[in-house]
Amino acid sequence: MPRIGVFICHCGENIAGTVDCAAVTQAAAQIPGVVHSVDYKYMCSDPGQNQIKEAIKEKRLTGVVVAACSPRMHEPTFRRACAEAGLNPFLCEMANLREHCSWVHEKNGHTTSKAIDLVRILVEKVKRNRPLFPINVPVTKTALVIGGGIAGIQAALDIANAGQKVVLVEREPSIGGHMAQLSETFPTLDCSQCILTPRMVEVAQHPNITLHTYAELERLDGFIGNFRAVIRKKARCIDEKTCTGCGACIQKCALKKIPSEFNAGLGLRTAIYVPFPQAVPNKPVIDRDHCTFFQTGRCKLCERACPTKAIRFDQQDEFIEINVGAVVAATGYEVKGTDFFPEYGYGEQKDIITGLQFERLASASGPTQGVIKRPSDGKVPDTIVFVACAGSRDPAKGIAYCSKICCMYTAKHAMLYKHKVHAGKAYVFYMDIRAGGKMYEEFVRRAIEEDEVHYVRGRVSRIYPRDGQLVVKGVDTLLNSRPVEIEADMVVLATAMVAQPDAESLAQKMKVSYDQYHFLAEAHPKLRPVEMNTAGIFVAGACQAPKDIPETVAQASAAAAKVLGLFSRDELSREPVVAVVNRCAPPEFSTCVGCFLCESACAYQAIEHEDIKTRDGKLIKTVARVNQGVCQGCGTCVALCRSKSIDLQGFSNEQIFAELVAL
Amino acid sequence: MPDFEPRIVAFVCNWCTYAGADLTGTSRIKYAHNVRMIRLPCTGRIDFMLLLQAFGQGADGIIVSGCHPGDCHYTSGNFHARRRWMLFRRLLDFMGVDLRRVTFAWVSAAEGAKWAEIVNTAAADLRKLGPYDDFPKRFVEKVGLFTVHREGEAPAEPNVAARTQSAEVA
Repeated sequence: MPRIGVFICHCGENIAGTVDCAAVTQAAAQIPGVVHSVDYKYMCSDPGQNQIKEAIKEKRLTGVVVAACSPRMHEPTFRRACAEAGLNPFLCEMANLREHCSWVHEKNGHTTSKAIDLVRILVEKVKRNRPLFPINVPVTKTALVIGGGIAGIQAALDIANAGQKVVLVEREPSIGGHMAQLSETFPTLDCSQCILTPRMVEVAQHPNITLHTYAELERLDGFIGNFRAVIRKKARCIDEKTCTGCGACIQKCALKKIPSEFNAGLGLRTAIYVPFPQAVPNKPVIDRDHCTFFQTGRCKLCERACPTKAIRFDQQDEFIEINVGAVVAATGYEVKGTDFFPEYGYGEQKDIITGLQFERLASASGPTQGVIKRPSDGKVPDTIVFVACAGSRDPAKGIAYCSKICCMYTAKHAMLYKHKVHAGKAYVFYMDIRAGGKMYEEFVRRAIEEDEVHYVRGRVSRIYPRDGQLVVKGVDTLLNSRPVEIEADMVVLATAMVAQPDAESLAQKMKVSYDQYHFLAEAHPKLRPVEMNTAGIFVAGACQAPKDIPETVAQASAAAAKVLGLFSRDELSREPVVAVVNRCAPPEFSTCVGCFLCESACAYQAIEHEDIKTRDGKLIKTVARVNQGVCQGCGTCVALCRSKSIDLQGFSNEQIFAELVAL
Repeated sequence: MPDFEPRIVAFVCNWCTYAGADLTGTSRIKYAHNVRMIRLPCTGRIDFMLLLQAFGQGADGIIVSGCHPGDCHYTSGNFHARRRWMLFRRLLDFMGVDLRRVTFAWVSAAEGAKWAEIVNTAAADLRKLGPYDDFPKRFVEKVGLFTVHREGEAPAEPNVAARTQSAEVA
């Protein structure tokens, strides 16, 4: 038999002012199962809590209903009091007499009878409450950071500097990402590599960081604190331990005309190559798709050139399995190529380039050593046109969002051009200038006022070649929409920032959600901006949405802080409000029929398949099982279950039906 | 029926509407006393059998309320609830249940005044519609769709006899 205690709080005059607390106390005493019913001026005060504790002991209560304020306010207080008296805290419920009754109704009989109803509802519920125990999950204190751009580097360094282990996985042969490609950065015009490369070296030398370059995430299983990741380390064809990075192999390679990815296609590289001189690790990699040996079966010039015999043509992809407690996704972005724009010549005009290519042209380490030359004939352009919002904010192109950084880097490009070609003319076609950020607006004004870059508010409808030049046709909407035609030597398109082409498959591997543009979706746009809806997975940088370097670094540090918060304890303790699939005696084992509707409804991938087998291993049936480390306790699966085999602890069907019956 | 007071059962999610109703309280906005709230973690938790049970128990009206679309604490629970509701209301309509008695509304944790307005509107409408005896009569007494518990009674076994009867009628 249940032995329920009801404790009615006056909350000074807050409840007692409109509700007849004595009448509620009397009525509560009449409810079957209630063995103790008292009222008191302030239940949450020490004497009030002591009354509850004493009653639990003296009357051997099996459940407690505190009729006071909102459970969102004091449920933890009263549950703690119950726990101190030896009653399982989940056998305590609160009836909300203040926010939902006394404060919102007039003083009359109706209000008191509503208060009695509220108490009765909760008494019926608490009779059916089961003792629940916090779920403890161990934490593996190693973080996996996916992506070695500035986001991944920052997150990895922050975690490693705090004393925790990090495994950093980068797909390319070197870390550094897009930031390593940039010439200067806005709004300070400091050299990108100067600020980035020391960080890259720090990553490589950090005792807490294990770096895997030329590697990708193959699989990710498990849940918060207990992930198991498989990393595919692609065959570099180099023994990284013996290679000294002398570069003799690169000089000997016969293939020298492969477009360099690092130089955004503007420079050339060999088949055995280091992406850029400051690469970390500074070890070459053989590009099997181009290498003569891999294509024709002979050559091996590099092998002969290598003084340390580090070339391994027979190297295979390696699979590394690691246990990690948290994952930071920092896989970055891609920019649209010029071939995306039919109106601008489908990328067939060599002198129409992307902003990223311009970065390489302007960079001192780039293919032209920082001299701005147009790709077709190497002429220094006298007139240059920058087109902002190329693809961005254009629903017709399927990219409705703003790429956020183009306004700033276009101003920077125009400025860099003017600093290098003093007599040159620079035009910028723009829709709006979005220069929100510290010193950003001032930076754009400087480009316009000091460096005399001509800003034209309007879009470019067409670009076509004429007599060795490019005719840019646009409109100036600030001059009564007058058509504008500019004969330019070179055009730079600030093409849209888009998600990585394989962002979707990565999201599926990690079981996290992504938006319509394949950017990874954070758990809450405002309050949980670095967490993903799968617990234990965090996000940093432009794989979540377009963002600039300061924002990326801030988000990466935030993600690192979240990881460190998670790693600050040896075990995670969670509220046991989670779903459970029932289990019963053979031959049913569970009423679950294995339809897995719950699996498709679960936003957290908490539903697992469990095979029930006989002792000799014969499969009886496959049923659902809830991973309690992952389940967040929303109960969507419960409402969906056709065989009513899954139930939510703390809000079970039995409890809620009992509440209704009490009405 | 001038002095009829409807009984309204509200199924609300913990994160938006329950908190919104808390805000109504802290803002001291008065509203009709007729509503009794059932707190659930999420509107996605609402098995619509709960709604039928509530009508069976003598509720004159029902309010279902949770986070606005896109604001769900659990990412997508309210979308499940909305989709389920679109189907369920057609079933209710087919059964002959008076759809005017069910209010589906999004109330965020900041919309204390909206919650009061929703309850007041529902209460005023239901006062005009009168008691919903029709549901217990048709679906409980005649068809035996539910087992209804009365105060003081011990929870009875499912009404097997009534169900068999209904099968024969069908």
